[in-house]
Amino acid sequence: MVKYLAKRIGRSLITLFIIICVVFILMRQMPIEGYFQNFDKLTEAQIQAGLEEQGLLDPMPVQLLHFFQNMLKGDFGVSHSYRVNVPVTEILADKLPISIKLGSLSVLVSLIFGIPLGTIMARFKSRIPDKLGTLFIVFIQAVPAAVYYLFIQMYGTLILDIPLLFDASNWKSWILPVFSMSLGNIAYYGMWLRRYMVDESNKDYVRLAKAKGASGNSVMFRHIFRNAFVPMVQYLPSSFLNTVIGSIYVESLYSIPGMGGLLVTVIKGNDNNMVQAIVLLYATVGVIGLLLGDIMMVILDPRISLSGKEGER
Amino acid sequence: MANELILSVKNLNVKFHLRGQELHAIRNVSLDIYRGESIAIVGESGSGKSVFTRTFMGLLDSNGYIPSGEILYYGNRSAGGTGTQKNSPSSGINLAKLKKERDWRTIRGGEIAMIMQDPMTSLNPLKSIGSQIAEAIRLHQPDIKGSAAINEKVIEYLREVGIPEPERRCRQYAHEFSGGMRQRVVIAIALACNPKILICDEPTTALDVTIQDQIIHLLKELKEKYQLTIVFITHDLGVVANIADRVAVMYAGDFVEIGMAEEIFYDPRHPYTWALLSSLPQLGERGEKLFTIKGTPPNLFKEIKGDAFAPRNPRALKIDYVKEPPYFEVSPTHKAKTWLLDPRAPKVEPPEAIRNLKDLESVYG
Repeated sequence: MVKYLAKRIGRSLITLFIIICVVFILMRQMPIEGYFQNFDKLTEAQIQAGLEEQGLLDPMPVQLLHFFQNMLKGDFGVSHSYRVNVPVTEILADKLPISIKLGSLSVLVSLIFGIPLGTIMARFKSRIPDKLGTLFIVFIQAVPAAVYYLFIQMYGTLILDIPLLFDASNWKSWILPVFSMSLGNIAYYGMWLRRYMVDESNKDYVRLAKAKGASGNSVMFRHIFRNAFVPMVQYLPSSFLNTVIGSIYVESLYSIPGMGGLLVTVIKGNDNNMVQAIVLLYATVGVIGLLLGDIMMVILDPRISLSGKEGER
Repeated sequence: MANELILSVKNLNVKFHLRGQELHAIRNVSLDIYRGESIAIVGESGSGKSVFTRTFMGLLDSNGYIPSGEILYYGNRSAGGTGTQKNSPSSGINLAKLKKERDWRTIRGGEIAMIMQDPMTSLNPLKSIGSQIAEAIRLHQPDIKGSAAINEKVIEYLREVGIPEPERRCRQYAHEFSGGMRQRVVIAIALACNPKILICDEPTTALDVTIQDQIIHLLKELKEKYQLTIVFITHDLGVVANIADRVAVMYAGDFVEIGMAEEIFYDPRHPYTWALLSSLPQLGERGEKLFTIKGTPPNLFKEIKGDAFAPRNPRALKIDYVKEPPYFEVSPTHKAKTWLLDPRAPKVEPPEAIRNLKDLESVYG
């Protein structure tokens, strides 16, 4: 186990390293305006001096080395256009926690509703609960999220009697954004869990479990559910971490000062240091998500061997 | 063998809703099964062998149903059973009428257990095999309490079915076993249910020949030890000769001939049985093509008129196409559903190859 983990983590680090290098080199091909807040008013000499000062005239490997050195110190430079001269880490430290809170809550809610949804649909396949569930899923998938987000905001705020915009100190104003962000995932988890459970329930071992005399519920939970959950598990960490990154639409709808849409904004603003840091963050999140997914699979499925070499059969 | 009925099927029909049509899979079938015997149901793929036995356990697919007929089960705990509650041996329970899952659970496992064809898929891949056997013990042997006692019993069953090092193997998963070993585990699960009747649905079909032999041997041994009644589904007549006391030949959802194993092998009466036996590779002559039955089984979506086998039978009589034959008794234990046995029928000799079957006795020992 330890060996396997070490290997996987090592590989993840290599992946991250490559991503950083590629993004770094690409960023250096961008126009240099992004390194100055008032580029138009500067003279050529000032620009050269500025570049010199930021170490941008050094050869690429040296720049890269500096970047990694600073990164290890937790220094990603300052923002040039988004919030001028504020350290990148400070900006992210402001925004990240609120997105993480929103995202975690929303994943929790999605699981709490999505898993029973899928289970019930599979248990009563082709009967009324299944049909209602399918209706819900199709609705959520087919209607653009923006539409029902707006409805939720309009009527939700009326019902809860709260202002339209988000206020972190009022617990009530968390409800609607979290609920909106969860809807898609509820449908997603429900749909896949149902599908995997139906797949499993047609397998021979389920028939044998029934032939043993196990009750329907026991077969459902001890055999079908657990086995159906394994393929789901692989994607859970990724979907969790992706939600944490923030939802552009929900956050802008309620003016939540989170991560949602931040990357697009800073790319448009040529804010290179910010882009660099956010890409690094997203890449890390993605790689960790995959890693956790694989580890959970290994824990749940005895057929997947840890060491990579096949056990004797 | 005591002639005590354990299961009696009367005029059973099974139909399936399939793509807007009705498939008549089991057509008005009757069969008596006696306590302690092993009866083989033979027939080609799709003849309804598995469907027939699945009705005993209420495990038909969800689109299947029983429009009419009875399956009377007399086994429950009347003769030397370990159970306590019910004691109504004379009337029997009509399994065809059971609807609720709670009722079925009193039958499944504890009364009738099943071994399925493919041991590769019939074990849960994510649970240790020990825990799957333990599940059966918990369900059907409530007097064994505590995980230590259950574990001990699990190991005992594994040893019983011939798995070496059971203490270690019981913690392993299905993928760590070979096909033959998995089938042994499946048998151990069935045993742990403590059943009266064991349905073996082609338990050796997916295994290679040497392993087949071991599994058959094991089943015979366990049948004696646990006084099981075995219903053996197969299309391998070699296996039948090896294990069965009686044989029921199924064709297109109906039994065309039922008799003691010797009667079926040495004195077959139905043309379909003749054809089946002629197809035995052991009967082939060197240099000649092996015998095959021409044509395909009838379409069960349509109603069958007369004898279902007639269109494929080169010796069919005119009446075979018009009127369904009744059972004609050959001996008290042997009956066949063919007009050839009618006194008015012309004398039709069975094919040459079959008449020599006696000489081949050595093949089956």
